[in-house]
Amino acid sequence: MKKLAKLSKGLYVALCFAFFYIPIFVTMLFSFNSSKSLTKFTGFSLKWYIELIENSEIMSAVWVSVSVAVLATAISTVLGTITAIGLSKNRKLIREWITNINNIPIMNPEIVTAIGLMLLFSAMKIEKGYLTMLLAHISFCTPYVITSVYPKVRSLDPSIANAAMDLGATPWQALTKVVVPMIKPGIIAGVLLAFTMSFDDFVISYFVSGNGVMNISIIVYNMTKRTNPTINALSTIVILVIFIAVLVVNIIPLLKRKRAVANEKSN
Amino acid sequence: MNTLIELKNITKTFDDQQVLKGINLKIYENEFLTLLGPSGCGKTTTLRIIAGFDESDSGELLFDGIEISKLPPYKREVNTVFQKYALFPHLNVEENISFGLKLKKTEKSVIEQKVKKMLALVGLSGFEKRDVTSLSGGQQQRVAIARALINEPKVLLLDEPLGALDARLRKEMQTELKKIQKEVGITFIYVTHDQEEALSMSDTVVVMNDGYIQQIGTPTDVYNEPENRFVASFIGESNIIEGKMVRDCLVEFDGFEFECVDKGFKENEEAEIVLRPEDIDIVKPENAKITGTVESVVFKGVHYEIMVKTDLRSYMIHTTDFFDVGLEVGLSFGPEDIHVMWKMV
Amino acid sequence: MKYFKNLVKPYVLWSSVMIIIPLFVMLLYAVTNSGNSLVNIQFTFENFKRFAEPVYLNVFVKSLKLGIITVAICLVVGYTLAYIIAQFKERTQTVLILLVTIPMWINMLLRTYAWISILSDNGIINTFLEKLGLSPISMMYTDFAVMIGQICDFLPYMIIPIHTSLSKMDKSYTEAAYDLGANPVQTFFKVTFKLSIPGVLNGVIMVFLLSISTFVIPKLLGGGQYVLMGNLIENQFISVGDWNFGSAISILLASIILLAIRWMKKIDTGENSQK
Repeated sequence: MKKLAKLSKGLYVALCFAFFYIPIFVTMLFSFNSSKSLTKFTGFSLKWYIELIENSEIMSAVWVSVSVAVLATAISTVLGTITAIGLSKNRKLIREWITNINNIPIMNPEIVTAIGLMLLFSAMKIEKGYLTMLLAHISFCTPYVITSVYPKVRSLDPSIANAAMDLGATPWQALTKVVVPMIKPGIIAGVLLAFTMSFDDFVISYFVSGNGVMNISIIVYNMTKRTNPTINALSTIVILVIFIAVLVVNIIPLLKRKRAVANEKSN
Repeated sequence: MNTLIELKNITKTFDDQQVLKGINLKIYENEFLTLLGPSGCGKTTTLRIIAGFDESDSGELLFDGIEISKLPPYKREVNTVFQKYALFPHLNVEENISFGLKLKKTEKSVIEQKVKKMLALVGLSGFEKRDVTSLSGGQQQRVAIARALINEPKVLLLDEPLGALDARLRKEMQTELKKIQKEVGITFIYVTHDQEEALSMSDTVVVMNDGYIQQIGTPTDVYNEPENRFVASFIGESNIIEGKMVRDCLVEFDGFEFECVDKGFKENEEAEIVLRPEDIDIVKPENAKITGTVESVVFKGVHYEIMVKTDLRSYMIHTTDFFDVGLEVGLSFGPEDIHVMWKMV
Repeated sequence: MKYFKNLVKPYVLWSSVMIIIPLFVMLLYAVTNSGNSLVNIQFTFENFKRFAEPVYLNVFVKSLKLGIITVAICLVVGYTLAYIIAQFKERTQTVLILLVTIPMWINMLLRTYAWISILSDNGIINTFLEKLGLSPISMMYTDFAVMIGQICDFLPYMIIPIHTSLSKMDKSYTEAAYDLGANPVQTFFKVTFKLSIPGVLNGVIMVFLLSISTFVIPKLLGGGQYVLMGNLIENQFISVGDWNFGSAISILLASIILLAIRWMKKIDTGENSQK
């Protein structure tokens, strides 16, 4: 009886994970197909990868995705981190006001945020393109950075920055030598979140960019009408990059902890 | 002794609440000065203004005769030991202690030497590479002191530094702190709400309440000659009785006249009288003016705390002798045991 | 206290321009009918009245229905999985939850795209059925396909919060329930489930928010004829060019989400005050 229960539980978990991973697996498998078919695997080949590299339209979309993600992550991380640090020093009223505004893009449907930004850019007569995409990405990434950094700031001893200045650090030194190193885990989480949010974004980029500026998501969306293994090849690369990044970020702290434990023991 | 810090009419308001209502205080070189008072009295704010974390609304703050109100904390020659130590958890003991010197770009070998000396001073030699989060409360406390003192400040500010320690460790650190202060020979400004701590360590005690300084004096002064009812009731236990000064050296309360040593009052001026519980002797009723019955007896370890009910009030008496409840007794005290204070307005 | 206070100022400025003003511009578009020119503004409620037209009412009802069904299925499937995962050893739990999280990090468009080749008429499932000698089933461009795509994409958002509330739950609660004579079923419904309600509500809000506003999944798996609220908005802005009506739908969508969040919070506090 117990065995049966255990077995059915295992089966359930396996089925759920199959549901999550089969599409991913299928995508990757057919990127290596030698024919154009997305249903019959006729043989292994790398031709779709070669086609991918030779496709200048896709390669420029990759460049847009990567460069926007890097820039948006860098800017929103700085903006979000200083805001989170400043928040803790402000009065409750201001703090609540800012956190509430900050929650709007998080709780609002993406498409509403996208429409809002599109209308804003059109009202300000900024031409849709790379710049509007970058501004929009900074705008939706920053709230996530703030939400991941702010709890770390709040858990700091409020005298810690004062202690640094008391010992002769200028406010800037107190920030860079003491406060930032101490909230590093929150900042790293924010960086990761911002990067993947930006890199994966479709809805907002779709509405705010134009004039031929496309990121990976937009190009995939436009190409779905004529299914094409090149997209599978692109997907495979993107999936692998994200997969490795997530794995590394999750495993490094585990390894570090292990080493720390080992060090404790050897001491 | 030279004046090192002078506060002139300092006021400070937080969110419509006036925390400091005009503080005037001179702090001397080489002095162990304690700001003593209940929470909310303004003692920590006073300390933070001296450190530069808060700015006063009005008044002057002089350091060596120079106005420093607008000077940021990192340019002041004071260092602080924080209530919860505020050690930097991402740095080890050595890195924490050398933080200030590294900012000043001090030579590496000098830093190493000084860290060693400081660790020896606070009794933590050999702890250089330890993780500060792995230290006990008392050890963290010592690191915090070393981290402040290594910068050779003219003044060390301590904000309830022993508050987080247990009673036994607190006693130990009190003696240690006093020893360290003697050794480095600088001014310590110490904030606490613990009157026993204040009396046992300080050269000067500044009693504060409600944004005002109530009394400045040596521990013996504030204990034996409290200037008003607040000081008398906050420091030690006391019987406070309303009465009047008939003339110099003669006071009247509870319907009797007593000889005393206080002078300088107007004739028949209303006053308040302090009788410390340990200054009152229990005698036979016929040998005393004030008489009553023993109401309760509680053993307090070294002495008994006895409440004696008279016609007008209950007196608290500390004595090593035991008396039965219900016994008729008399209360006796000499002229020097009576402390007459101005009545609080 | 006086230091670092000003660090919030850049973001106050930024968020006013990039978060607050867009909402006002959208609202302005929604209550006017002068198209894209902002010169001769005429206020009107026409844009909102148009929802009453059967075509749009249908879209609205369909979106709501699909959203609720998706939430329901995700809740049942997700809760079961979260509950099973929470019973494993801690280390296994970490690994399993990581595996649940990884798809969330991967571009939703790419994952949806993968389903096309699985579900299409000559796709993998039908090829498989053919080999078994069964007749093929047409799955693409149906409610089923859209639902599969939605559940696959949104299920992790349900699992994670539920697992969090289950895994931090003190074991002594269930032990106490057993001790007081509750059987496993009673224990689950009267103790475990009730204590996990905050996680459930979080998951429900997330999945509802995502499924009611999506336009990629219905477009890719439901085809051009499959119109939900998200698609309606997209059409107004990309092909029809009626920004006023598009803004009105966007505002309606945002309001629905806001109401749903309010309602869920009420349930949450109601539960708490009952205890």
